[in-house]
Amino acid sequence: MTNKFNNVYVGDSYTIASVYEKDGPIADYFDKVYDKDLYYGCDTFEKAEEKMLSDSIENLIDKVEYKDSDIDYVISGDLENQIAASDYALRHFDIPFLGIFSACATFGEGLLIGANLIEGKRAKNIIVSTSSHNMMAEKQFRNPTEYGAPKKKTTTWTSTGAACMLLTNKKGKIKITSATCGKVQDKNVTDVNNMGAVMAIAAADTIERHLVDLNIKPNYYDLILTGDLGCYGKEILIDYLKTKNIDISKNYEDCGLILYDIKKQNVFAGASGPASSALVLCSYLLKEMERGKYKKILLVPTGAIFSPTRTFQKDSIPSIAHAISFEVSE
Amino acid sequence: MDDKYLDIVDKHSPKEDRLKNAIVSFIAGGMLGSLSELLLRGYMIWFNLPRKEAGVVVILTLIILASVLTAFGVFDVCVSKFKSALIIPITGFAHSMTAAALEYRKEGLVLGIGANIFKLAGTVILYGIVSVYIFGLIRMLVMGG
Repeated sequence: MTNKFNNVYVGDSYTIASVYEKDGPIADYFDKVYDKDLYYGCDTFEKAEEKMLSDSIENLIDKVEYKDSDIDYVISGDLENQIAASDYALRHFDIPFLGIFSACATFGEGLLIGANLIEGKRAKNIIVSTSSHNMMAEKQFRNPTEYGAPKKKTTTWTSTGAACMLLTNKKGKIKITSATCGKVQDKNVTDVNNMGAVMAIAAADTIERHLVDLNIKPNYYDLILTGDLGCYGKEILIDYLKTKNIDISKNYEDCGLILYDIKKQNVFAGASGPASSALVLCSYLLKEMERGKYKKILLVPTGAIFSPTRTFQKDSIPSIAHAISFEVSE
Repeated sequence: MDDKYLDIVDKHSPKEDRLKNAIVSFIAGGMLGSLSELLLRGYMIWFNLPRKEAGVVVILTLIILASVLTAFGVFDVCVSKFKSALIIPITGFAHSMTAAALEYRKEGLVLGIGANIFKLAGTVILYGIVSVYIFGLIRMLVMGG
């Protein structure tokens, strides 16, 4: 099912990136870069991620000269257990909070819920935010943080950053026009080091349903973007959609390959994490839409919603992708 | 339908350079072994130690070196270059314990470091003891002790 929106606009956005992202191709587009180390003056990585997220929300509210009371909801999620970064960051604010989880597709879920609340006139201003921290993801899903083991080529590199976007009913230059909610997909891929292969199917399903629901062709959009499929997942998606007679090869890119330069940076197949698509959208894409480079884009954040416990129990990995379309309003 | 997707996944899953990694590990691991042997000879001469005791001191040296490199965030960088050459020897064991201790130090001495330091190394200890027991038993039955 695809929701269409007529009164949802992007108010503004704020991004904070970190040490790996500032070496990437879109470093100049971030509002702020915390690049001294990965602690930002905090004594744990947990607190560092909380700081990044709460700073980005605070700075966004300051940037648009609002107060906490002007914001109706914050919708936020991250990769930590109990979405702790979001929970703990929001204790610094006096704003109603909805915590959500779709792994790396969290920002897409947030935008979908936020846009529906505004379109349904339940809210006027909503902040959607997300964060990820490389070291926290390592700790959460892989090995102890300083532990080194040889990595596979298909491994992705969890991005470090926080991004938030203000959705509003006040007319603005960029409009959210539609959103397609993802369905959980599982094609029996069990390799935790090949998330592109796990998630490409979710992106394919959501993109296909989005195009059918709206009765449009892929070339309707100037750019179609997935969240963090990486260089191998990208090829899988293009080839798989070809078997369904959908050709996205000309106007498709993956945010994980925009955030990092995989030829120069040692990040294997590309960026991942909820911040991957959120950072690229809230910095590079929005600014380039304002400048007129892109008029219509479809963002499809992809998430592997897996539990390490189930993986150890030899279960396959489910995934989800939500699609959100942005257009420059006339 | 499933097959078609998994076929495409297979097509776009790169082969790991197993042979190259094995050669790198073999050479780097061999060099580490040779350096340890040099150190062993050194300890025997400098401290006038018998070979067996000098061996223990060499192992201690490697453990300390690996732990310090882990603490300074250098070990994982070395692993990405030298592959399993540093993971298989005792350096890998020391590294796994130091990494776990570093990660959990903020969660306290008991529930943090104490409960988690053997998170990765525990497997090595458990199956090390089990295999020593089995091979000891075989040796006793076949060779009589």
